Amino acid sequence: MTSPILKAREDRRPPIIAPGHTFETVTDRISRVVLRKGTPRGWIVGFALSFSLMMVLFYATGVLLLRGIGIWGIDIPVAWGFDIVNFVWWIGIGHAGTLISAILLLLRQEWRTSINRFAEAMTLFAVACAGLYPVLHLGRPWLAYWLFPYPNTMGIWPNFRSPLIWDVFAVSTYLTVSLMFWFVGLIPDLATLRDRSPSRIGRAVYGMLAMGWRGSAKHWHRYETAYLLLAGLATPLVVSVHTIVSFDFAVSALPGCHATIFPPYFVAGAIYSGFAMVMTLAIPIRRFYDLEDFITMRHLDNMARVMLATGLIVAYGYGMETFMAWYGGNRYEEFLILNRFTGPYRFQYWLLITCNVILPQLLWFKRLRTNIPALFVMSLIVNLGMWLERYIIVVVSLHRDFLPSSWGIYAGSIYDWSMLFGSMGLFLTLLFLFVRFLPMISIFEMRTLVPEAEVKEEPV
Amino acid sequence: MRRPPIYGLLAEFDTPTQLVTAVRKARAEGYRVMDAYSPFPIEELHEALHFHDRRLPLIVLIGGIFGGVAGYLLEYWTSVIDYPINVGGRPLHSWPAFIPVTFETTVLFAAFSAVLGMLALNGLPMPYHPVFNVPRFALATRDQFFLCIEAIDPQFDRDITRRFLQRLDPLSISDVEH
Repeated sequence: MTSPILKAREDRRPPIIAPGHTFETVTDRISRVVLRKGTPRGWIVGFALSFSLMMVLFYATGVLLLRGIGIWGIDIPVAWGFDIVNFVWWIGIGHAGTLISAILLLLRQEWRTSINRFAEAMTLFAVACAGLYPVLHLGRPWLAYWLFPYPNTMGIWPNFRSPLIWDVFAVSTYLTVSLMFWFVGLIPDLATLRDRSPSRIGRAVYGMLAMGWRGSAKHWHRYETAYLLLAGLATPLVVSVHTIVSFDFAVSALPGCHATIFPPYFVAGAIYSGFAMVMTLAIPIRRFYDLEDFITMRHLDNMARVMLATGLIVAYGYGMETFMAWYGGNRYEEFLILNRFTGPYRFQYWLLITCNVILPQLLWFKRLRTNIPALFVMSLIVNLGMWLERYIIVVVSLHRDFLPSSWGIYAGSIYDWSMLFGSMGLFLTLLFLFVRFLPMISIFEMRTLVPEAEVKEEPV
Repeated sequence: MRRPPIYGLLAEFDTPTQLVTAVRKARAEGYRVMDAYSPFPIEELHEALHFHDRRLPLIVLIGGIFGGVAGYLLEYWTSVIDYPINVGGRPLHSWPAFIPVTFETTVLFAAFSAVLGMLALNGLPMPYHPVFNVPRFALATRDQFFLCIEAIDPQFDRDITRRFLQRLDPLSISDVEH
């Protein structure tokens, strides 16, 4: 039972759907974005910019395939550079989508409904961007299929004791399961688009994708079971994926990477950056497409709270790393922390602490959590901070290890930067296509939030 | 058995409450072969239809167990039997290192079973279904609620069933052609 005080507090918070909506208005408002005639100019401009940025990625990839990974800034001792930083950054961003769609579903957080669809799409596109880097880093990317266990004429098998092989399984499973989860969620909405599309092509394409969905009560019954089971499977999956990503570091013997705190601290960081990215995307989208009725202040406030909470876990992780370096009494660990604080990468380190630990404390204030431009800026700051975190973990740990004779300095080359910004182009291009051709908010789940959706039966 | 002249009778309702009440009344009247259509899942509806299908969780469980066993056996067979590598005398059957991949294949196979199992049990993809012959049925994915009593129900009679449906106060009643 909810106490009356909690209930009164709940009533004072902004609603998760603006009052006055019916099944009809919810359906029409969301499907209109896809089915309208003509494409808004803003979309075309945004798509053109993202597409050009994506071409930068393709160009850099082309040069890489021709000349090899020597075009990047990596060398010995820093053999893992931007590619792994970007990989972990993107895959972490993807995790918020699964968190919103699966974990919040299991926790019965109804406010997730209006943001879960595009957060899931964000997951897919982020994982697609992430997957590029380890493959391109292979040196001979066209032989990437060697990573999979298949009977071959060389008579060899992958080494299943290597975290890098665990990563192959974790990331490919994650991509597949996220894709299925997203598509299953889309089926009833594709049926809506099929029935409402004014064009023949639209009806045919959405009709094929909807597979003959007709909203039968028997189908809904199995559908809901399947959706719930998928959510239950995706929840441990998302935790396992980032845990395995952190094993890539933690299983090595390198100071700054060899730490048992890595799995939980990586998972929290992933959720932190992912929520920041959802916010970065949701704020312009709700404004541009007039969806303030569905993505309300309540959503932004809740996301800011999740960011604050996960940000504190990440801050605890930084604190523990520093504490253990002193408490553990390992002189290499101790040196690593001092090198982080005062070494050649101190500027990046303190910028990371400012972005991820100090500035997000402003989210404690309700005035900031209800100020949209400030939230937008905050989400960009956290995105930057989380990228820097991975940069510090990868580069600072590698550039000065046990022997001073093997120390070095690393900086990304022009190709590293073009691949980072180019992958943002790929991500945004896919996202623009998604909001144009598919409903970015789950229509059928929004219908269940309309007050009339409740069955009011007299007790028998 | 001879095919009845129509697929069934389709009654349209405005609210989920009306639909659930209609289904309950049709059950009470003795109708058994029917289906209800709604634009979103309604918890009370499958109860009212006395429809329970508990096969899917079992399918997912079997899929998950199969995936886990297959993943582990793959690792065991490749690392211990087919391609053993002796690294400083460490055990070949190093099971803790095999857990992450086993976990991932468990989830992968369970998720595939959930999606494919749901589609198969629902008979999807289904390119043709008679209810789509009713033009108003396009609203079943927007804001209207439908009850279809099918003609193969032993108690079905075109006139009596239509009169029964009329008493439920629907927005419209249509014959569903095959």
